[in-house]
Amino acid sequence: MARITAGVASSHVPLLGVASDFGKDRDDYFGPIFAGYDWTREWEKAEKPDVVILVYNDHASAFDMKIIPTFAIGCGERYKSADEGWGPRAVPDVEGHPDLAWHIAQSLILDEFDMTIINEMDVDHGLTVPLSMMFGKPEAWPCRVVPLAVNVVTYPPPSGNRCWALGEAIRKAVESFPEDLNVQVWGTGGMSHQLQGPRAGLINREWDNRFLDGLIGESDHLRRIPHIEYLRETGSEGIEMVMWLIMRGALGRKTRALHRHYHVPCSNTAIGHLVLRPDNGEGLDMTGSGVTAVAAE
Amino acid sequence: MITEDPRHQDIHEYLAEFEDIPGTRVFTAKRARQGYHINQFAMSLMKAENRERFKADERAYLDEWPLSEEQKQAVLARDYNKCLDLGGNVYFLSKLFSTDGIPFAEAVSTMTDMSFPEYREMMMKGGRSPEGLRSIKEKR
Repeated sequence: MARITAGVASSHVPLLGVASDFGKDRDDYFGPIFAGYDWTREWEKAEKPDVVILVYNDHASAFDMKIIPTFAIGCGERYKSADEGWGPRAVPDVEGHPDLAWHIAQSLILDEFDMTIINEMDVDHGLTVPLSMMFGKPEAWPCRVVPLAVNVVTYPPPSGNRCWALGEAIRKAVESFPEDLNVQVWGTGGMSHQLQGPRAGLINREWDNRFLDGLIGESDHLRRIPHIEYLRETGSEGIEMVMWLIMRGALGRKTRALHRHYHVPCSNTAIGHLVLRPDNGEGLDMTGSGVTAVAAE
Repeated sequence: MITEDPRHQDIHEYLAEFEDIPGTRVFTAKRARQGYHINQFAMSLMKAENRERFKADERAYLDEWPLSEEQKQAVLARDYNKCLDLGGNVYFLSKLFSTDGIPFAEAVSTMTDMSFPEYREMMMKGGRSPEGLRSIKEKR
């Protein structure tokens, strides 16, 4: 049976893709940002996920104003890196997992989530930057990816509660897939940032860290944060954090944190990154982190 | 499955609160409707040939789109706050930043009361504090 073994949260700032692609990732500015992902890159080598369900938002690349799906799932075989206006990133194509993706889509629709099914699209920095942060620069990405795109641009975006519930339904869908697969769910975007208007540059370090705290353990209070609070406290683009709640919902009742990183600034934003394990007493052995295994090799 | 009480929020109350955030334009349905063509124009700059045509004669290229004169003037002036007021969205407008070859952060800084070096300095020091910038009417 397929199982969700971990959740990863990360910002997906486009400038990080530039830094990675042009070898600036260890300079004075980017060094402290990338250093916070070193642990995760080693851990991922040991974890060897078969599939990542990657929750992200498209930034006017695959979707424009013609069609605005609230939740869309990529069921295609492969996805190319999008040209966001300065040529596509020179990163490998993203391999999908159509069998799992279609299975999840069916299960979610029966669970009353009206998913949009995408068979062909290009994927932008929202999806490729997290892959670079977690896997570095391989010849091919080491796992399959199921893209799950969320509208967080045109209001209203989905509520935090709806996102959390979607995560719960994803977990149920994955666990009913007969193939033995090691699946991770990544929630990307965030943390506090505002890219527009006279208040641009807003950062709320304290709020961000409380949000990170809230993803760990048993509490589900984050699902009840209204949109207006994200807007007031974390800037207009801080709303992207609702996508982390899909990841959190998919991990079950309780989580524990394996790794945590926070840094300001990266371009206009705060960088947040968290690695979580489900800790739900449902029989899965979630003890021991992958890093120990790497050290032992 | 939603197990919590999915109490429906009044849409008018929901939208009214967005007008109470200092220096912020939330991309509401009303703005999305008003800015449809300005955003689709910006989206067209994803293609290299369109960027070349736009750069060769901005006014002529803009005239191919059903924008209001005010929207065209805001684009020509690169007055991004005005563009936002008229329904532009920053993710779409960013196609104009890249056409102009300026970094995202520099374009963002033009919407503030700071120069780009000042804005960059503020970010290096931890960004703009939310203190006093959360609510217009509550002054907090």
